[in-house]
Amino acid sequence: MTAAGDSLPVHQLAAPPLRVDGALRRAVRSPTVLAGIAVLALIALVGLAAPVLAGFDPAAINPVMRNKTPGAIETLRADDGRTTEVRHWMGTDSLGRDVASRVVYGARASLLIGLSVASISVGLGLVIGLAAGYVRGLDGVIMRIMDGLMAIPAILLAIAVVSLSSAGVLAVIVAIVIPEVPRVVRLVRSVVLSVREEPYVEAAISLGTPTLMLIVRHILPNTLPPLIVQSTYICASAILIEAILSFLGVGIPSEVPTWGNIMAEGRTLFRVYPHTILYPGIFLALTVLAVNMLGDGLRDTLDPRLQKRL
Amino acid sequence: MSAPVLDIRGLTIALPATGEREHAVRDVSISVAAGEMVCLVGESGSGKSVIAQAAMGLLPTALRATSGSILVDGEDVLGASEQRLRELRCTRMSMVFQEPMTALNPVLTCGEQIDEVLAFHTRMSAAERRDRTLAIARDVGLDEPRRMIASYPHQLSGGQRQRIMIAMALVLDPRLLIADEPTTALDVTTQAQILALIRELRREHGTGVLFITHDFGVVAEIADKVAVLRRGEVVEFGETRALLTDPQHEYTRMLIASVPSLLPRHRVLAASAPVVLATRRLGKRYVRAGWWRSGKTAGVVHAASDIELEICRGETLGIVGESGSGKSTVARCIARLVEPSAGAITLDGVDIAKMGPRELRPLRRRVQIVFQDPYRSLNPRRTIAEALIEGPMNYGTTREEALATARNLLDLVKIDAAALERYPHQFSGGQRQRICIARALAIEPDLLIADEAVSALDVSVQAQVLALLDEIRGRLNLAMLFITHDLRVAAQVCDRVAVMQRGRIVETGPIAEVYAHPRHEYTRALLAAAPGRDWDFGAAVRDR
Repeated sequence: MTAAGDSLPVHQLAAPPLRVDGALRRAVRSPTVLAGIAVLALIALVGLAAPVLAGFDPAAINPVMRNKTPGAIETLRADDGRTTEVRHWMGTDSLGRDVASRVVYGARASLLIGLSVASISVGLGLVIGLAAGYVRGLDGVIMRIMDGLMAIPAILLAIAVVSLSSAGVLAVIVAIVIPEVPRVVRLVRSVVLSVREEPYVEAAISLGTPTLMLIVRHILPNTLPPLIVQSTYICASAILIEAILSFLGVGIPSEVPTWGNIMAEGRTLFRVYPHTILYPGIFLALTVLAVNMLGDGLRDTLDPRLQKRL
Repeated sequence: MSAPVLDIRGLTIALPATGEREHAVRDVSISVAAGEMVCLVGESGSGKSVIAQAAMGLLPTALRATSGSILVDGEDVLGASEQRLRELRCTRMSMVFQEPMTALNPVLTCGEQIDEVLAFHTRMSAAERRDRTLAIARDVGLDEPRRMIASYPHQLSGGQRQRIMIAMALVLDPRLLIADEPTTALDVTTQAQILALIRELRREHGTGVLFITHDFGVVAEIADKVAVLRRGEVVEFGETRALLTDPQHEYTRMLIASVPSLLPRHRVLAASAPVVLATRRLGKRYVRAGWWRSGKTAGVVHAASDIELEICRGETLGIVGESGSGKSTVARCIARLVEPSAGAITLDGVDIAKMGPRELRPLRRRVQIVFQDPYRSLNPRRTIAEALIEGPMNYGTTREEALATARNLLDLVKIDAAALERYPHQFSGGQRQRICIARALAIEPDLLIADEAVSALDVSVQAQVLALLDEIRGRLNLAMLFITHDLRVAAQVCDRVAVMQRGRIVETGPIAEVYAHPRHEYTRALLAAAPGRDWDFGAAVRDR
């Protein structure tokens, strides 16, 4: 009776089956998940609707309107002599570009990089992790390579990758993906190592299930819940690293507005004109917070071990 | 008779509203006198452990006693403050748990843990405490007590750890000892020693013992009185002999009738049945090689060596032995779930021991295995239908045909066909084990391996699954390899038996002969240690 436990009712002994609909329903009921999704959706909407929301061309330089504080009004004179007044809600930077428009466009770069880094590193890490966990001979080799990659500081590696290639969004994505992959590989491998010893996997082996099917049917589904959670953290860290790289001037070229770029350019005058750093900073913090909240909420709802017990 | 040391009166403990029934235990009244051994028997979920926790004041906060009282030596435990309970524990009442590894603190030596009890409850000096610790270690029959109390829990065997637990529990001479399945995690020979120890200590110290168990063999061995618990209610409470020979309640009768007899049943075998599977000098060793050490110098563990077995069609061969004897390794080698490191496994004359995965695949369907743990044997994320059709579809059967077979198989293992659309967590342990059997049968194997397939089940469910296995073996004329640590279970299903010890077969033969005239010393020790061996449980009920 050791295995079956003694006084607990049956339904508490086994992990409930994780079906996507059930798990999603639970996840959607969680306030942290909802809040995270709501904020992210808002920021994504802002990024998508950037051409509509931005009152100015984010790259347009206007020497007259340099370093204006938030709320400054610019008077535009049309050819027929009529004037219209427009407001720089977040002020302008040292080249007279509208900060609000740049921040709104910056959401595009951040979200694009966050999402693509998360999906690429999860995809790569999943394949490598499954191989490392399932194929005994590969395990040692793959994991030593991963250990080696993890030993290099992520930012330094990213700087090296970006400086070796031409600066651009793709280079930044590659630079951030490389240090993230080993983390995913470790996670997937550890799940695979424990699941492959489960009797139901052994039963499937003795039922003659081909290896690929075995992995897809019996092992892969178990790795998904922790992976989904991990991918949100990767997304958050990618957004941050992109900002850091841009801030250091080794990321995306400065003509493309990203939150990191805007802050980097505002750096020199931030004691006098803090708004050029403040607004992109607020957006960055909000986005990362939302992604992390989503991750925490998903972890709580997807991991049956964290669910309330009797 | 002296006043009871434990007097439980009308105890009712409510379960939270989400529970599967209203009460964990209801209106339970039991008493234990000084020097008396009372057994609490029941199946999983019957509330045995809840009663023990309540008596120790250890109830989880979600459970709450709604009525009744628990008097330990005249003092009500239910109303006692946390401070008072701390004082009472170990001095008046103490407890021994099922799993001695997790009940002991791994970062303190065993001696320090006993010392802690003394330091908390007495004003003894360090020297006196040391002497007392040594004395109690000697009392519980530990060899080399000095070394034992200086050891950490992981350095001791299961039996030694349980002795340390008992030493901790008894060091302050409590009036009441509560033992919650203290021998369930132990091997049968160790169990016999621990039972003898508890019996002896009870006599010497006059301690009242409340002994919780699911095993009627243990009950017959040690109990003065027995309380039978069913779904939180005591259905019968009385003297052991009377209760075992003349059970009044139908549930008690059913439980007792389900206990497999140690007397092997007789079955006539077809004289010239073909051999399905044979092993020749089969061996499995685990080599721990490192970066700097070759396999020769590193640790080598011989999990199994020189295993010679032969299983004929229509026959059940048992492998019995204690934990670590290599039974499961042999089963897993035969199912080719682990690579054998030596010898041959011939399946109908073909050696499968060294076959590569590609060659092996068509042969896999002929050997199927049913595992011990029904909760982990089915993928929790796949429906029963998906589990049952996976095997046949791997071998080219169409989905429709496989589903039709699945329906027939569920019928064979006596589970409703509606189960196909449900998920494993919706079934009880016994039902899941039936489903696992159906899954194994779905690809029509010649050999069915049952690796402790009934060990995790309650005795009544176990009886049903055993009957089912036997029926299926007969109907399909299967060869069966039955791995178990339980000699009673082996007696009921096996035709021949192989006894394993430390990776080797020490004795093999027809089961009736091995049980009646064991030749090897170890077989004799195993049989002598079987609890309640003088008691033919089935007979008492059959004679009625």
